[in-house]
Amino acid sequence: MNSHDLQGVDVTIHQVKKKYDDREVLEGLDLQIREGEFVAIVGKSGCGKSTLLRLVAGLEDINGGSINLDGTPLEGLNKQARMMFQDGRLLPWKRVMDNVCLGLPSDEKDRAMQAITQVGLKERIHDYPSKLSGGQKQRVALARALVHDPSLLLLDEPLGALDALTRLEMQRLIESLWLERKFTSILVTHDVEEAVAISDRVILIENGKIALNQPIHLPRPRQRTNPAFSMYVEEILARIMNRKSKKNYSMLVNTETESLFNPINN
Amino acid sequence: MKGNRKGPLEKFVPWFIPFFIIAAWQLLSWSGAIPERILPAPSQIIQAGIDLTITGELSEHMGISLWRALVGFLIGGIAGFVFGLLNGVFRFADLFFDTSIQMLRNIPHLALIPLVIMWFGIGETSKVFLVALGVLFPVYINTYHGIKSIDKKLIEMGKAYGLNGKELFFQIILPGAMSSILVGIRFSLGVMWLTLIVAETISAQSGIGYMAMNAREFMQMDVIVLSIIIYALFGKISDMIAKYFEGKLLKWNN
Ligand SMILES: Nc1ncnc2c1ncn2[C@@H]1O[C@H](COP(=O)(O)OP(=O)(O)OP(=O)(O)O)[C@@H](O)[C@H]1O
Ligand SMILES: [Mg+2]
Repeated sequence: MNSHDLQGVDVTIHQVKKKYDDREVLEGLDLQIREGEFVAIVGKSGCGKSTLLRLVAGLEDINGGSINLDGTPLEGLNKQARMMFQDGRLLPWKRVMDNVCLGLPSDEKDRAMQAITQVGLKERIHDYPSKLSGGQKQRVALARALVHDPSLLLLDEPLGALDALTRLEMQRLIESLWLERKFTSILVTHDVEEAVAISDRVILIENGKIALNQPIHLPRPRQRTNPAFSMYVEEILARIMNRKSKKNYSMLVNTETESLFNPINN
Repeated sequence: MKGNRKGPLEKFVPWFIPFFIIAAWQLLSWSGAIPERILPAPSQIIQAGIDLTITGELSEHMGISLWRALVGFLIGGIAGFVFGLLNGVFRFADLFFDTSIQMLRNIPHLALIPLVIMWFGIGETSKVFLVALGVLFPVYINTYHGIKSIDKKLIEMGKAYGLNGKELFFQIILPGAMSSILVGIRFSLGVMWLTLIVAETISAQSGIGYMAMNAREFMQMDVIVLSIIIYALFGKISDMIAKYFEGKLLKWNN
């Protein structure tokens, strides 16, 4: 790669509150993310996952608490972060190349080319988004986010609309790019398996707070056939559905909120 | 949409009916079934066109009509576009202007002809003014609506990617509103010709509408029909130009 600083950023979310009108969405949420860490956020629809990402991206103001990036309070737009949305949000009137170049200085076209090549769409740079498949569109969105060398990548259910095979492929792509560049990542997903497959830690948001903070101690590349993998998935699902897991897996530390600021070794 | 290459048959089929009608018309005129004072034969109309071209009258009238259409269209179109942009983008401008513009829009602009003649006489100003007024509203409404209906999520995305106000406007807002703006422009071209025809027929010393009214006094049926055909051609050609730009500007949309 080039001489850019490819380090991730440390994100500290402290007692963050957010309300719309009179409805409190986040009620004092604490979350500490180390630089280069990959965190997955799960939770029921409407629990505030997208809201949290938008706050970290600096697209909306918080109503209380603080967000710090490497110790510096976030003010306005988060310039170190790039966001990838569920619906892609490519500009339909721009070709692939120009979509990836969005917000990029005009003398850095070759970096756009590099990013497009990395997501495997070199042949399609002159196509309009309407000519691409769903998975290809999300690849373009990924290239568009990565071309800025963000130290924080925010992924809001980017794979939600894709079929199972394309999802797997995209998960691998995201994981490999993350391993290569070591940016900090926050992935919102409704798919617990996806969360376990890709992240260092799975966070569950419930009632505006963090209800589960589960480190995933599995070696990469992760094997879904690994029994421990299914244990994690089942345990987290059970917790989301608010029922006790039938079996009690001793290997899973019960990490409700107290383990929040513990370092995780994997 | 279809590809650019059409088979020879596809190219000619749309012209079968017009060709057949003109041929039948010519034959019926020759046979005397259509009396000359009701409707002259196509050949007579062509002859009238040739005669008027030789005297230079035709090009003079066509030129002045085109000039009025163009100038009126530019003034009204630019004003409508600018107000549409302003009110679409800035909340305050919207509050300040929109209600007034919506009220003015409900006055049929052709009803203003007597007033406009009192103000400007029957000179160029009155015709240009009426055309501009007619063109302004469709362009305004569609520009305004196009901007208001842009996907807010795209704008949020643009902000998240660090675009400044100017970049947001040129890369997201304007292209996002473009198809609606073009609908307004195509519609306003129709209004433009209609306004011009009425204005030139009622009060003018030159132009195609004047040529037709003048011919009526001398019972020149062929010139009257020629004028009507020229208006139809103008309308068709301007629509084709608009369609061409639509194809260029909305290439991504097919
Ligand atoms: N701009 C807004 N104005 C008012 N309410 C909002 C706004 N954005 C979000 N909300 C509300 O905040 C709550 C959380 O929304 P959010 O989009 O963060 O949920 P989510 O966890 O991402 O859900 P999903 O999984 O369905 O995407 C919802 O009740 C939603 O109605
Ligand atoms: Mg969401």
